[in-house]
Amino acid sequence: MSAHDVLDLAWIIPALPLAGAVLLLLFGSRMREPGPGMLATLMMGGSFAWSLVTLATLWSLDSEERLHVVKLFDWIPAGSLEVSASLLIDPLSVTMILFVTGVGALIHLYAVGYMHGDPRFSRFFLYLNLFAASMLILVLGGSFPLIFLGWEGVGLCSYLLISFWFERDSAAVAGKKAFVTNRVGDFGFLLAMFLIFAHLGTLEVVPALEGASHLAEGTATAIALLFFLGAMGKSAQLPLHVWLPDAMEGPTPVSALIHAATMVTAGVYLVVRTHPFFEMSAVAGDVVAWVGVLTAFVAASIALVHNDIKRVLAYSTISQLGYMFMAAGVGAYTAAMFHMVTHAFFKALLFLGAGSVIHGLHGEQDMRRMGGLRKYMPWTARTFIVAWLAIAGMVPLAGFWSKDEILAAVWVRDDYALWLVGAATALMTAFYMTRQVRMVFDGERRPADGEAPATPHESPPTMVFPLVALAGLTVVGGLLNLPFTSLAFLGKWLEPVLEGVHEVHVDSFGLGFALSTVAVIVGVVGIGLAYRMYATVTDTDPVRARLGSAATFLERGWRFDWVYETLIVAPGRRFLEWASKHFDLGIVDGAVNGIARALQLGGEETRKLQTGHVRRYAFAVFAGTTLLLAFVLIRARVVI
Amino acid sequence: MRVGPGPYLLVAAILFTVGATGVMLRRNALVMFMCVELMLNAVNLTFVTFSRQLDDIGGQVYVFFVLVVAAAEVAVGLAIIVAIFRRRQGATADDLNLLKG
Repeated sequence: MSAHDVLDLAWIIPALPLAGAVLLLLFGSRMREPGPGMLATLMMGGSFAWSLVTLATLWSLDSEERLHVVKLFDWIPAGSLEVSASLLIDPLSVTMILFVTGVGALIHLYAVGYMHGDPRFSRFFLYLNLFAASMLILVLGGSFPLIFLGWEGVGLCSYLLISFWFERDSAAVAGKKAFVTNRVGDFGFLLAMFLIFAHLGTLEVVPALEGASHLAEGTATAIALLFFLGAMGKSAQLPLHVWLPDAMEGPTPVSALIHAATMVTAGVYLVVRTHPFFEMSAVAGDVVAWVGVLTAFVAASIALVHNDIKRVLAYSTISQLGYMFMAAGVGAYTAAMFHMVTHAFFKALLFLGAGSVIHGLHGEQDMRRMGGLRKYMPWTARTFIVAWLAIAGMVPLAGFWSKDEILAAVWVRDDYALWLVGAATALMTAFYMTRQVRMVFDGERRPADGEAPATPHESPPTMVFPLVALAGLTVVGGLLNLPFTSLAFLGKWLEPVLEGVHEVHVDSFGLGFALSTVAVIVGVVGIGLAYRMYATVTDTDPVRARLGSAATFLERGWRFDWVYETLIVAPGRRFLEWASKHFDLGIVDGAVNGIARALQLGGEETRKLQTGHVRRYAFAVFAGTTLLLAFVLIRARVVI
Repeated sequence: MRVGPGPYLLVAAILFTVGATGVMLRRNALVMFMCVELMLNAVNLTFVTFSRQLDDIGGQVYVFFVLVVAAAEVAVGLAIIVAIFRRRQGATADDLNLLKG
């Protein structure tokens, strides 16, 4: 088989999890407990294996030839609109599928242990597999409608999985919130597609991207910003980030898979995929970068004061996504992708670690009620510490290299304001992660008042193995793109995709070294501060004590929810209540009931004609006949 | 001597009027029924008259149809009247107002 024949089989990658979902839909309820989980994990494993084959095949080609479109069938042939169901295989999409399937498979395996005993065990894996299939379609899609199909698919699965424990009111509400917020972004994606079709006459990705350079700048800016609106919804950027913290109502593997490692990176992927539009525009990039860095800053500041172990990680995710957008905004697409991959490793690890802690403490999520878990859960603690150091940007873990590359790219572009905010965010990141580790793993156990301290237990092997595997990836992940030109694998690998982009690099070793040193110092300061302040955890939180009333402001997420509540939700509710009272009850119901009432009254009156007297009927017949006869005769001028 | 259509039509008209008046004024169902027959036969008479007058056999053919239908109607109508007699005393049409709306 030639290389292209192998690449043509790439449809296997999304088809396997999709088949898993279908099988679970049909037979899931008849399987016994580990069965559905194992099936789903196996499908993801197979998908990962084929992704590796695809990677190897693509690798074997010359770098100019690393673009292959697999046309499966004509999807929507309608006049001048021709949309194909095709898969786009290039280094960018292959990078994405590798970590989606790889991290996905590990999380599936972890979930087998985590969801043990859940009454809807098989349905959970059905959703997970459906999610993975949608995500892979999103990433591999060769036409914008197909990408949109995957885009909506992950949104749907996200909704289903957030509200998986729908008996809890908060979970149901959180799922709805995520779905509605995402719709705002989807609207941007749709409009961007319409604009592309109107100006370029095609919805296939490759010709559309090639045509981008012929567009007027205004059009390109509009398309880019609309795509970015879509990305903001999916990737939880300011001000559409509000759904992500609430999404933590879902089971922890969901938080790890969807709301940390894969789905939320779809927005970054979209921006990188459609970068020709952003390159054509003068302002779009700046908008992306500033939205990104502000999101990073705001989310990190919120994470400083939260006490829920998963919420801290949720805000941390928003913050790290902000970094990725900052990188994409300044044109450092490789750095954005690099951070996306390393973040997928360490954030999935953090979430799975948090899940392991929650599992070990039988559902406790409040960090004030934890402490001292290092003794009880050695493997969880060790792997969590690796992830903590990585996200704090410590040498030589993955997070250091990727975050450093983003900050360096910003510096070289002379965007010092961006750099400063980014560095401040890095400081806060190191701080809140250290705070979390100190509160969860160090010190003494702090069970709730009056509660018998249940002994925490280490999680089962199916949960620990993914932790260890991800920790390994977190340690070596930085090797993907070391900042020395000859070792920048990822940069070289993505080069054909980013053709024509002038990526900035640190060209002097001295400057690079200085920037890295500053970044590490910032991280160490953050860690050191938190380490001292949280040497012993008491009921008065030192950060809160120092921030005073600002802490409440931060805890309420800069009051974004309040603003939405006052500006949109409350007026909307008032309007709808008015409409339901006056329009629905008055006009709609009024029309329906009015017609019924008129008929009823008419019936009441006409029934009186029906006397039951045969002779009256006979009289009516005669009278009528006579009248008709008279009429006809007069018309015919026989009489008169 | 050849008689014109006038007298025949006059007789038919008188018969029809008698029948119609009977249907409207009499209360006994049986009598009303007979009046209906009277009206039918008045019409038959006009059919035959015009058939002769216009030299068209179609009118006489129609008379046969009317007779057949009238026979069928008698069968059904008498059955109904007999049934009414069985269920209640007498067959006064004005008392039969079960179908009052």
